[in-house]
Amino acid sequence: MYTEAVMDHFRNPRNVGSMENADGVGQVGNPKCGDIMKIYLKINDETIEDVKFETFGCGSAIASSSMATELIKGKSINEAVELTNKAVVEALGGLPPVKVHCSVLAEQAVKSALFDYAQKTGKVIKGLENYEPIDDDDIHCH
Amino acid sequence: MSKKFYLDNAATTRVKKEVIDEMLKYFDEKYGNPSSQLYELGRRSKEAIDNARKIVADFINADEKEIYFTAGGSESDNWALKGVAFANFNKGKNHIITTKIEHHAVLHTCEYLEKFGVKTTYLDVDKYGMIDLEQLKEAITPETMLISIMFANNEIGTIQPIEQIGEIAKEHGVLLHVDAVQAMGAVKIDVKKQHIDLLSMSAHKLGGPKGIGGMFIRKGVKIDNLIHGGGQERGKRAGTEGVQNIVGFAKAVELASKDFDAHVKKLTSLRNKFIEGIKNNIPDVILNGHPTMRLPNNVNFSYKYVEGESILLLLDMDGISASSGSACTSGSLDPSHVLLATGLDHGTAHGSIRFTIGEETTEEDISFVVQTMKGIVERLRMMSPIKNDEDLYKK
Ligand SMILES: Cc1ncc(COP(=O)(O)O)c(C=O)c1O
Repeated sequence: MYTEAVMDHFRNPRNVGSMENADGVGQVGNPKCGDIMKIYLKINDETIEDVKFETFGCGSAIASSSMATELIKGKSINEAVELTNKAVVEALGGLPPVKVHCSVLAEQAVKSALFDYAQKTGKVIKGLENYEPIDDDDIHCH
Repeated sequence: MSKKFYLDNAATTRVKKEVIDEMLKYFDEKYGNPSSQLYELGRRSKEAIDNARKIVADFINADEKEIYFTAGGSESDNWALKGVAFANFNKGKNHIITTKIEHHAVLHTCEYLEKFGVKTTYLDVDKYGMIDLEQLKEAITPETMLISIMFANNEIGTIQPIEQIGEIAKEHGVLLHVDAVQAMGAVKIDVKKQHIDLLSMSAHKLGGPKGIGGMFIRKGVKIDNLIHGGGQERGKRAGTEGVQNIVGFAKAVELASKDFDAHVKKLTSLRNKFIEGIKNNIPDVILNGHPTMRLPNNVNFSYKYVEGESILLLLDMDGISASSGSACTSGSLDPSHVLLATGLDHGTAHGSIRFTIGEETTEEDISFVVQTMKGIVERLRMMSPIKNDEDLYKK
């Protein structure tokens, strides 16, 4: 059902945990839908120095969060904001169609954390000018 | 190969050795068509079916003439509902009463019948998965043609008070259909005492082969055919009989009836140890289903703050097979309709795991699985952004 890469990231998730004094924190999803992702960023000089995640969800949700954190670690915030769910899926060697939403959630979690950083610092991140934090009540499952 | 722990016996069971041995004869030795009565080979097959029918009938205290073989539980459920509905069309009766926790073979058939004007009442259940007999009585109208209630639930194992339900149905002159697929071999079924008019059975949940089951239809019950064609099963269910499957089904029933009490007692004791083990070792768990009125093989818990599919994947790494009520395992958007009907919130329902033990399960297996679960749940909780009820129930 899952690729080797998904199983690897599920079994040995990278960057799992929380972070004190994070520069940006983003959480998306809700328990009703069965997936929640929370991403913490440590940002220095517009570069993502460290990233951590916590996820409630299925195997592909955990693997997608893990992969997303790997893909943005060490990148500049302008590179990170361009992370797409497609890139996450590709890096995982594919996801079953019903699980693609997990990669969307991972992209949203990264954007939400970057937006939080932008809000706190007053910086403008290209691509997030019109970002609207997703209202949990508006989330339709999957 | 490392040891495997098959704890999904409500999904299906291993076919028993004696059952396979019995079935094999009907492939290349006694392969005659039971309808071919003019020669020996055909007659032998017919005898085998007659014998099987007797075994199944005795098991539920029915008459042989009231047993019909089908392709399994789903067909029997479809037949009971569609057969009764079609027999009642244009006769002023168009109402079915069922419950919110039935198998999809019942629920989706009701939805289908609604397209033809059938009205359905879906009874609620309490937090243990029990229906309310008063609500049942109140739901009966002059239009009610059928009450369809499962003997025992496949997910949470709750056993309904079927005898009392049967009395209510009889009192009101309404037919009672009971899906006994999970109850077979675990609960005493007596169609006379329990006033059951139609009963769905399936072989593969009690050590028989897949794709074969049966239906009890009380003499005199008006029901249309589901499968039309030849005159098999006394004109009620067409198709050349799967003799080897029928024989296998009967053998499984025979074995189940032989050591029924000892088997139920053994499983119940293991189940109780399993439930205690989970409760005593893992915090923040909720037992789904009824504490005592439950199938002797069923252990279903919700593990708060974690999700079921992740648990199943980690269990599989240790060779443990189980199932979950999480949406992520079914491909649907919502978690199990059964868990939601018992009042669980979605978040908690996503974290449910069902273990169903079997004949081969040992006490050591259970200790191993409990310890493995403890580790898995701790690990996933550490990863989870939900740390407490406030996070969980937050809208
Ligand atoms: C309660 C119940 N009813 C019906 C069925 C369907 O039976 P079968 O698989 O034989 O079609 C099942 C099996 O999953 C069941 O558990």
